[in-house]
Amino acid sequence: MTITEDDTAGGGELAAAGTAARVMGRDNSVLRLSEQEAAALSLAPADEFGDSKMIINMGPSHPSTHGVLRLMLEMEGETVLRSKPIIGYLHTGMEKTGEQLTYLQGCTNVTRMDYASPLFTELAFSLAVENLVGMEIPERATWIRMLMTELNRMASHLLFMATNGMDLGAVSMMIYGWREREPLLRFFEKVTGLRMNHNYIRPGGVAADLHAGWQQDLLDYLEMLEPRLEEYHVLMNGQPIWRDRLQGVGIINEAECLALGTTGPILRSAGSSWDLRRDMPYLAYDQVEFSVPVGDYGDCFDRYAIRLAEIEESIRIVRQCIDKMPLGDYRTQDKKITPPPRARIDESMEALIHHFKIFTEGYKVPAGETYAAVESPRGELGVYIVSDGSSTPYRMHVRAPSFVNLQTLPHLMQDGLLADAVAVISSVDPIMGEVDR
Amino acid sequence: MGDAETPDEETAENDPVHELEIDEEQPDEEAGPTEELLHGVPVRTAFGQQVLFPSVDMYFALVEALRDAGFVQVIDLCGVDYLHRERADLPNSITSERFEVVVNLISHARRERIRVRVQVGEGGSVPSLFDLFPGTEAMEREAFDMFGVVFDDHPDMSRILMPETWIGHPLRKDFDTGRIPVQFKGAPGQS
Repeated sequence: MTITEDDTAGGGELAAAGTAARVMGRDNSVLRLSEQEAAALSLAPADEFGDSKMIINMGPSHPSTHGVLRLMLEMEGETVLRSKPIIGYLHTGMEKTGEQLTYLQGCTNVTRMDYASPLFTELAFSLAVENLVGMEIPERATWIRMLMTELNRMASHLLFMATNGMDLGAVSMMIYGWREREPLLRFFEKVTGLRMNHNYIRPGGVAADLHAGWQQDLLDYLEMLEPRLEEYHVLMNGQPIWRDRLQGVGIINEAECLALGTTGPILRSAGSSWDLRRDMPYLAYDQVEFSVPVGDYGDCFDRYAIRLAEIEESIRIVRQCIDKMPLGDYRTQDKKITPPPRARIDESMEALIHHFKIFTEGYKVPAGETYAAVESPRGELGVYIVSDGSSTPYRMHVRAPSFVNLQTLPHLMQDGLLADAVAVISSVDPIMGEVDR
Repeated sequence: MGDAETPDEETAENDPVHELEIDEEQPDEEAGPTEELLHGVPVRTAFGQQVLFPSVDMYFALVEALRDAGFVQVIDLCGVDYLHRERADLPNSITSERFEVVVNLISHARRERIRVRVQVGEGGSVPSLFDLFPGTEAMEREAFDMFGVVFDDHPDMSRILMPETWIGHPLRKDFDTGRIPVQFKGAPGQS
């Protein structure tokens, strides 16, 4: 360790970071064992490892691991001592695939990473490409993007409500969460054509305009949803079992969150009000009013409550989007980027050439490298693109919030019960498609 | 603080890469100061974002200095493989190598991002940032897994996404993408 008492002596924040570094340090909560070492331990005589400790594998296919997360847990009775998240079961080399796809096709690839909130990955990818091209997008496209991602945030948090309830035995909450998410997916289908993996937000704008009567569709939905959120408050927040299962479980503080690179609801549950939408606004977030819910204790209950409150804030943003949605084009009219309308191809040789070039070779993006980030429901979602001036990215890296947030698991679960480990995994809300990419 | 050392501009003159570029860029060289420095490290702006180019030796001290300057989080760390590609955007004092480790930091107080790009040769290594930011553990494991860049003094330098027994580093440019063998009737070598 290079961090000593002396290094951290000056400045409160710095000292806190130093403490965090020690807490998260080498031999603390993370179990660093390879498969062979773990297998060898199970064969070793009992006294070599201590007779009360044992290693248990949870997952990769366990209902509460949200996909294919595997945890190697060092247990002493019912208590978790150290643990190690083992990932990669869903790794399909999407960053490598992204190097073969043109910038137009890129969105079809990245949208499959975070399958609970696909629009955010599309958005981050598009923002990065637009930054490289130096492209201005129409105002309406910006607002449509904001509207759709906020709806997606609601859908993702509702899914969290459902799975969190399911993991903790609140089965009615599971049914309610799925029920409230369903109309949103129908709305997405109406706008984008697909319930998930939309490929809707593309460099240059969005793929299609909102349909006639979209305002009424959404107003009807919000009118239905708001009283139901009130019901959640009654059903969950006021329920002693729910509070007992979540309060004081899996506590993390702000300095530890910062040291671990954690973002999103986990960081905000620990008392930091960092939200990219407010603090480093992208799209038109500086033109809408909303608040950033912040927790006090950094426990599982705070993380649940923050997500519930964020649904309510997203509703506020969606209502403002409905009121302020500007008229105009929904994608840039740069013919090198946006394919021409079908009818133009019959009339114009230029249009035919542009159409052909865009769909065969793709448009070229100036050489350079850039990083663009958005606030996804799970934290900061960033895309780093290196372009070599051709029509495919030279390197496309996605900073997946779940991937980084997973590192909090050993710390959150340490000295807790195995049953609480389930609550902790659920409250971190990892999406394995995004973790493994 | 890590800004005590400054890069030795004079020795960089003998650098082969520098020699190549000097013919084209001579007018610019004469015009202003050779490089803008931040914490003693060349800094450039790429698409409105600040990018720092430390040498491997200065890398750890630079990130430490940035942490002390308020960059509280390492948001992202990833590798890039520039196999045969010459880069025009490197400062003259920095020799281009095959791999690059790219670190994105964020300052909450100043609402700023900064990027650090460090060059790593094939078979080379860089210091791990684990002791400064424990959250880089998984990201450095990913960079090792995908590119084979070794991070010195990392607590667990093992594969993270690929199986432990995997051979090769998939995101390297010379790593073959998978294919399924297809047999055609009458193809050469087929009876």
